[in-house]
Formats: sequence, C-alpha cells, structure tokens
Amino acid sequence: MRKIIFIVQKEFRQIFRNKMMKPILFVMPIVQLAVLAYTADFTVKNINIFIEDKDNSGLSKSLINKISTSDNFNLVEVSNSFTEGFSKVEKNEVDVILSIPEHFNRNLKSNKKTELSISADAINGTKAGISINYLQNLIVQFSQELVAKKGVKNTHSGIEIIQRDWYNPSLDYKYFMVPGVLVLLVTMIALFLSGMNIVREKEVGTIEQLNVTPIKKYQFIIGKLLPFLIIGLIEFTIGLAVALFWFKVPFLGSIGLIYIFTTVYLILILGIGMFISTVTDTQQQAMFLSWFFSVIFILMSGLLTPIESMPEWAQNITLFNPIRYYVEVIRMVMLKGSGFPSIINNFFIISGSAIFINLLAIWNYKKTS
Amino acid sequence: MKTFLAFVNKEFKHIFRDKRTLIILFGMPIVLVVLFGFAITTEINNAKIAVLDYSHDTYSQKLQHKIASSGYFDITDNLQSNSQIEGIFRKGKTKLVLVFPQDFGKDLVNNKHAKIQVITDASDPNTANILVSYLQAVFQKFSAEEGVTLQSNLDIKTRMMYNPENKSVYMFVPGVMTIILMLISAMMTSITIAREKELGTMEILLVSPLKPIVIILGKIIPYLVLSMINAITILMLGLFVFNMPMEGSYLLLFVEILLFVLASLILGLLISTVSNSQQTAMLLSLMGLMLPTILLSGFIFPISSMPDILQWISHIIPAKWFIIIIKNIMLKGTGFSAIAFETGIMVLISVVLTIMTVKKFKIRLE
Repeated sequence: MRKIIFIVQKEFRQIFRNKMMKPILFVMPIVQLAVLAYTADFTVKNINIFIEDKDNSGLSKSLINKISTSDNFNLVEVSNSFTEGFSKVEKNEVDVILSIPEHFNRNLKSNKKTELSISADAINGTKAGISINYLQNLIVQFSQELVAKKGVKNTHSGIEIIQRDWYNPSLDYKYFMVPGVLVLLVTMIALFLSGMNIVREKEVGTIEQLNVTPIKKYQFIIGKLLPFLIIGLIEFTIGLAVALFWFKVPFLGSIGLIYIFTTVYLILILGIGMFISTVTDTQQQAMFLSWFFSVIFILMSGLLTPIESMPEWAQNITLFNPIRYYVEVIRMVMLKGSGFPSIINNFFIISGSAIFINLLAIWNYKKTS
Repeated sequence: MKTFLAFVNKEFKHIFRDKRTLIILFGMPIVLVVLFGFAITTEINNAKIAVLDYSHDTYSQKLQHKIASSGYFDITDNLQSNSQIEGIFRKGKTKLVLVFPQDFGKDLVNNKHAKIQVITDASDPNTANILVSYLQAVFQKFSAEEGVTLQSNLDIKTRMMYNPENKSVYMFVPGVMTIILMLISAMMTSITIAREKELGTMEILLVSPLKPIVIILGKIIPYLVLSMINAITILMLGLFVFNMPMEGSYLLLFVEILLFVLASLILGLLISTVSNSQQTAMLLSLMGLMLPTILLSGFIFPISSMPDILQWISHIIPAKWFIIIIKNIMLKGTGFSAIAFETGIMVLISVVLTIMTVKKFKIRLE
C-alpha cells in the first residue's frame, strides 16, 4: 500500500511540476464545455431565401410578406430572374429559392391548380430538408388563410397533434448537449494522460529506474492509475457544476449513482490508455493511437448523430464504444431520473470491460525488456 | 540550400524510421473515412416508438400501419395504460409515444377533426422535433387520402440542388477529410519540435548555423508531403468509393488543399513553440483543436444557426473556410472567383500564424 502511495505522489509531482498542465487540464476543457454546448442546435435559423416572383401581383406580394416576416427566414432579394438567384446560391449567399409562377394570382382565384417550386441548396441535406419543411408549412398556412377568406367555413383540419415534450419541455438543446460534451472532455483528458504516461518513461529512459525497484506490476499500474482517476473526477465535478449552475441542466437522478458510474468508466478509459501505453514505443505512436480511438469513439457515440440511423454493422461497432454507454447513462440519470435498474446493463458492460482491459495492461507491462 | 536539404532529409529519416507511426499515419485516414462515410448520417430512420391505443378502431389501425410503413418509425411496443409511458422512456430506447384517444375514429369521420397526443422524449430535442414533423407529414397524407381534408389547389414542387438524392456522404466526406488533415498536420508538427526539446536534441539544432526559418521550413516540408499523400488518398476514396461528384478543377482543389495543410502545419508549429513537452503539445493540439474543429466548422451543425459570438469565433477556424471551399469546388463546380474570399481568409490566417510562430521561436534554451 505504501508503495502505491509513493507512485501516486511521484505522478502528482510530475504532472503539476509542469506549469502548463494546470490550465490545460482544468481551464481549457471547462471553457470548451461552456462554449461548445451552444453550437449543437439543429433548429435552423436565418435561412437566406431568394424569391423569384414572375407574377408580381397583390397575392404573390402577400405571400412574400408572410415569408419575410417569419422568424426563420431572411429575405435576400425578390426578382423575376431565377438565374440571378442561382448565382447567389453558388456564392453561398442564398440557401433556398422559391419560384412563384406567372398567373399565380389568376389561377388561384379561379380555382385552377398552380404550382410553386422550392429549390434548396442540398449539400447539407438535413438543413435543406428542415428549411423546405418550414417553407411548406408557411405556404400551407397561407393557402388555408386564402380558403378561409373565400368564405368557405368549416376548413377541416384533419388530425391535430398535441405535442408533449417530456424531460425537456422547452426543447432546450443544451440540456442534451452539455452532458454529452462533459463526457467527451473527461474521456479525452483521461485517455490522453494515461496513454502517454508509461510510454514517456520508456522514451525518456526513467522506466529502467522503476523496473529495478521492488514494486510489483499491479502496484505500479494502480499507482499510475489513481492520480489520473482523481484528476478525472475533479474535472468531472467542475464540469458538472458548470452544467448545473451555468446551463441549469436539471438533475433528476441520484448524484451518487453518477459518481459510481463515472469512477468505473474512468477506470476503463484509463485502462485503455495504459494498454496503449504499454504496446507503443514512443509518445508519438501513443498519441496517434489515442487520437484514432477517440475520433471513432466520439463520432460513433450517438452524441452528435443518432445511432439508430446507422447501418446495422455500424450499430454493432458502437457496442464496443465505451462513450456510447456513458452518454446514454448520463443522459438517462440526469434528464430522466433513471435509477440503477434501468442502467444495469451498461453498468455491467463497463465494469466488465474495465476489469478486463486493466488486467490486460498489467499482463502486458513487462518489467524485463 | 544544401544544409536545408540535409535538414529535410534528417526529418524524413526520423519519420520513416518509425514504421508503426507510418502505418498509423496512412492507415488511419482510410479507416476513418470508410467508417464514417458509411456509418454517419444525420437523417433519422427506424426510430423506435410505442403506441397507446384507447380506440382500437379501424382508423387507428390503418394509421398505425401507415406510420410503420413510412420507413421512419418502428413500432416496438403496444402499451396498455398511461402509467407505462414513464417506464418505457426510462428504459431509454423509445423516442416517442403515440396516444390515440377513445373516440379517435368517430371524431375523424363525424367531426373531420381528431386529436392525437404525441409524447416525445425531448431529452434529445432535435430528434423529437424532427420525428414530430415526420408524423405531421404522415398524418396530412393520411387525412387527405381518407377524404377528411380538402385537397388544396396549391401544389409545391421541391428540388434538392447539387444533391438530388439527399446523400449525407456529401457532408461527411469533406468534413472527415478536413478533420483528419487538420489534426494530423497540426499534431505531427506540434510534437516534432516538442520532442527535440524533450530529448535534448534541440540544443544541437540551435547551436548549428541553421537559421530559425530554415529549421521551421525543414520541419514543415516533410509533413507537407505526407499530408498531401493523405489528402489524395481521402479524395480518391471520396470519388471512387462514395461516388462524390467532382465538378470543379482538380488543380484548384489541389492548391486549396495545399494551402489548408500549410495553415494547419504552421498552427502545429506554433503550438510546439509554446509547449515544453510532448505531452503538453499533444494535449494542446488534440484537446484544443479536436472539438472546436468538429463543432465549429459547420461539419455537423450549421454555423448560421449558432449564437452570434460563436459565429464570430468560427471565422478564425480555418476548417470552416476549407469545408466551404471543398464543397464549392467538388459539388458546385465553382471557379476561383466564387471562393476568392474564403481563400483570402485562409491566406491571412496562415500569414498571421507564421508571424506569430517566427516571433515565438526562441533560439536560446530556457
């Protein structure tokens, strides 16, 4: 036990001797959390729209007026030339073009069919889809108002949706994003610190001195792991405080449960880092490997894009992604107040892998070269 | 010139000596592009939903069938009472619960107006909103088909320009390429000077007659070559595996990639001059660059919807400009004039970074 404490002490001294470490470990991630949580919002605002009005009638003007006064759209120009709008799309000044045909007014007044066309810059397919959806809704509203004005009473509304948004009634995207970004930051810190640790001793040569001491392999790994676990938990606590007090993210579940899960999760991530550290020769290699895994873990975690939409084989890959389980758990416990029974699967998967990877790291660390 | 070549040669030897790093360096981008090109999409398909049907009439059955066959939804559970809703959400898989009231069919036929309660799991507000708008479309079609609502005279025709099949690969190949180039270039260079400092070989370089600018250039050129090879690999994957169109000029694309890689390499150098060990260099380049590049570049989330402050911050992210440029050249086929502004900004960013690096580069040990 005393030997472990010595190693822990040595690690802490080494980390904090470097003056740049404190800001990198504690300020940079928190600033990122505070800033980046605002980025992820799929509500599309400020859609730049160009309207090609070939009709130029009172009716087309009132449609244009309806669009330009809505919150989501930003009217760039009204003109009668489509090519002008198209060249603006090429320059990224316009997202959507609405074309109002000739005789729009006459046709509608005489109950003839008439066709509006919407052309959207669909390189970002999601944004285009949402923009078109908004525009269609506006036009449908417009046409219903028109029918109502004509004196046809009883405009049938068909099926009405009564929407109830549970767990986040204001549909605040930050509630969703903050816990996720927090998970990423804690994971990256833990993985990078531990991944470069043992390999650094190898590269600088101090591993020799450690190998000749009577310390046991498991004591060595535990001694290396503990300081990072403590740093990770402090990091998590600061981040959680930012989430609760700055972003006002609700916390419905049990704080104890989150800490227990976070601890187990950190042991797993640190184990992965230790393992990377034992199989590589230079810090550069360790860094590339940690980076490779963290990019895959982040983009396939379901944090930024839904897992359900991935193809089957990709969904199966996410089963090996620890971030996926942790993101699920932190969202469920914080936002929905789920208890231990709901997260029992995730808990056992994470703790099982944590034990496995750490044993692997201990086994793979050789005191003799 | 001769000393410069010797220096470049030394750097290449450093790189090629380490076979493992080389494998990672060239293998990783391929794995990442293939993986993400196929796996990541922001569309939502097969969302798991549950139904609580109090009416049990033909209309509710028909509508459920319609919802299930729309491709967006997967009805996984049939609930019996309100009290089960909480439990099914807490288990975490269900995105939405549809509640049909008792008189659903009757209301729809007699009054031409029926209500459906849609309870969403808004802990993911984005998915919740998109799913409700999908439902709305299904309902509209259903009520028109059943003759409940009047058909409107106003038809709307939509056209998806540049991407008629609405493929998300068009978003992700440029995005993944940008992230990989940015991070690999910045990381590789940032670690190289820090490494010389840590191992003590920096002192040897500093006492040599090499000028700082020669050391900097000599460090950049080998990595520039490697990054260009990576860029070409990724581009080929995009063109031949994912069938990305290439409307514009290859030469222009090549020049722009070169410019972007150069900016990233210089950024890496700047990081290495301010950090004192490989570990700090790595933490700065990885932690400092990874999330901002993914989130603030417009790769996944549209920048125009972000708060103003973040939009300003995004202006200094080279990745943002580069993504706009690649998309313009590859998908829209625009010439240089349409992207001159974006290119100018990238040049400006590179110049500023270079000045900062040269100023920060210390020729004495501390």
